[in-house]
Amino acid sequence: MEEESDTRKINNSFLRDHNYATEADIISTVEFNSSGELLATGDKGGRVVVFQREQESKSQPQRRGEYNVYSTFQSHEPEFDYLKSLEIEEKINKIKWLPQQNAAYFLLSTNDKTVKLWKISERDKRPEGYNLKDDDGRIRDPSTITSLRVPVLQPMDLMVEATSRRVFSNAHTYHINSISVNSDLQTYISTDDLRVNLWNLEITDRSFNIVDIKPANMEELTEVITSAEFHPQQCHTFAYSSSKGSIRLCDMREAALCDKHCKYFEEPEDPSTRSFFSEIISSISDVKFSHNGRYLMTRDYLTVKVWDLQMENKPLETYQVHDYLRGKLCSLYENDCIFDKFECVWNGSDSVIMTGSYNNFFRMFDRNTKRDVTLEASRENSKPRAILKPRKVCVGGKRRKDEISVDSLDFSKKILHTTWHPHENIIAVAATNNLYIFQDKVN
Amino acid sequence: MSATTAMEVNVEARRILAVSISKLYASRTQRGGLRLHRSLLLSMVMRSARDIYHSSRETEGQTSEEPMETSSSPVEQTVLPEPQPEPQPALNSVEPPTEEPDSEGEEEEGCDSEITEDKENMSPTKQSRKRRGKASAAPDFLPSKRARLEPGEERYAAPMGSCRAGAGDSLSALSLNRVIPAF
Repeated sequence: MEEESDTRKINNSFLRDHNYATEADIISTVEFNSSGELLATGDKGGRVVVFQREQESKSQPQRRGEYNVYSTFQSHEPEFDYLKSLEIEEKINKIKWLPQQNAAYFLLSTNDKTVKLWKISERDKRPEGYNLKDDDGRIRDPSTITSLRVPVLQPMDLMVEATSRRVFSNAHTYHINSISVNSDLQTYISTDDLRVNLWNLEITDRSFNIVDIKPANMEELTEVITSAEFHPQQCHTFAYSSSKGSIRLCDMREAALCDKHCKYFEEPEDPSTRSFFSEIISSISDVKFSHNGRYLMTRDYLTVKVWDLQMENKPLETYQVHDYLRGKLCSLYENDCIFDKFECVWNGSDSVIMTGSYNNFFRMFDRNTKRDVTLEASRENSKPRAILKPRKVCVGGKRRKDEISVDSLDFSKKILHTTWHPHENIIAVAATNNLYIFQDKVN
Repeated sequence: MSATTAMEVNVEARRILAVSISKLYASRTQRGGLRLHRSLLLSMVMRSARDIYHSSRETEGQTSEEPMETSSSPVEQTVLPEPQPEPQPALNSVEPPTEEPDSEGEEEEGCDSEITEDKENMSPTKQSRKRRGKASAAPDFLPSKRARLEPGEERYAAPMGSCRAGAGDSLSALSLNRVIPAF
């Protein structure tokens, strides 16, 4: 797939020219809304930045709708849990949009402990002609008021405001890793290491625990939940992935507590690849249903797997993301990279899957042609509107001119978060504190 | 397994153990508190490394005893600056590897015998032999019961038998099951 790059650098630090990333600016999640018109990013500093696609203009067909900043707001602040003497990070772990039902946009954003529902709305009119105060807000001198008037709505410069509509707190003892909106548009789930809670979007003081894998004796803990997602069409079905590399599909109609799964997906481990780090690399970092609801995709440290919901004993397809790292697991353990949680994403038609890697590389796999490509998100290597050149990692032997050797990879440049437009070939890729948006080439 | 391969595996296992221990300590001061998933993965790596280390020690026999004593000191150093925020654990049972209780699924022993011996001496609050659950943990603001040394005095290493708190009853200071009850 040919790409045209259109770079956006989002960096609030005044040291932007020095390529110095303040930690608060590190993007921690990206998500298109269901129409693809809006793109939200969350960062470590607890801020949410929403981009809106420009209306396409007939006069400039080459400039197909670009994404511009629409709204910026502080979603979460750092908090302190006094009982446990723990600081609660403000980092936004996940953002999920609600499908649009009126003129306003709604999204859920979460940090480690609290989920918030935000309403993003436009204001382009304001009332003018109050009796007791003038248009600047200053109180009018009552002696100057000689007649009554009715305030009139006058047009004003467009203002986009974000208001917090619900705060869902105090339901999680452990760190929230994911949220997922149900297709019924009334409920959603929030998931931490050991529990999945079901909420009604209207009710903030109560949530139902539907999965609890906490053992009676914490010393017997062997597995944690790493991600959970609702089925895209079946409002009673959800799946959750574990640190042991398995996925459980649950049906909420069976029982109030969904500890008993109705399907269990796991591939037996290949004993020949066993190492000290087998458990870490088999831990699933992300699980995503396909848009058509027939498949599940999981990401572990080295691979992406596509599962058919009808087949539990092995995945339908396995794609190697960066198998050349298998021999380097020990050093990746030492520098903590082995704990990195990569996300994976489907394209709109479920024919292509994408996930990130190191050195600002990201990979796409075409499920039909079985072809894959490695691309790089970097300003140095691609000018705006240039077509991205496929990259290749040399795994040994003679290195060709354009290839990069495994030892030259920059492990501090990792692409953990990516998202794909629901209908078009537009992707957003977060590379530390930079956001890259790529579109298909216009012929 | 040849002697040299066993030795390499041994060295590797020990190194991984040392790295894991320092990561566990570092994670305590991390912003946002201890991450359960990360701590669980760390403990699993430590367990595999410890198992491999002990099994390769068995195959090597006693000839490797000396090199291990000297190289345990870097591990000691990572363990020494430990703060005391957590409820006190019982000491790890200092048994020879062959007698290790088969309690894989039940408890977490994050370190091997050399490390626990050193730990016992360096940390004043770790002398209790009682098994401490979450509710019965002595708060760490209480004064230590360990005798204060006069200048010139030395602590003596406790004999191996006295550290035993009962079969299957030992907890490691570095182990996950101390980390987890803190939640």
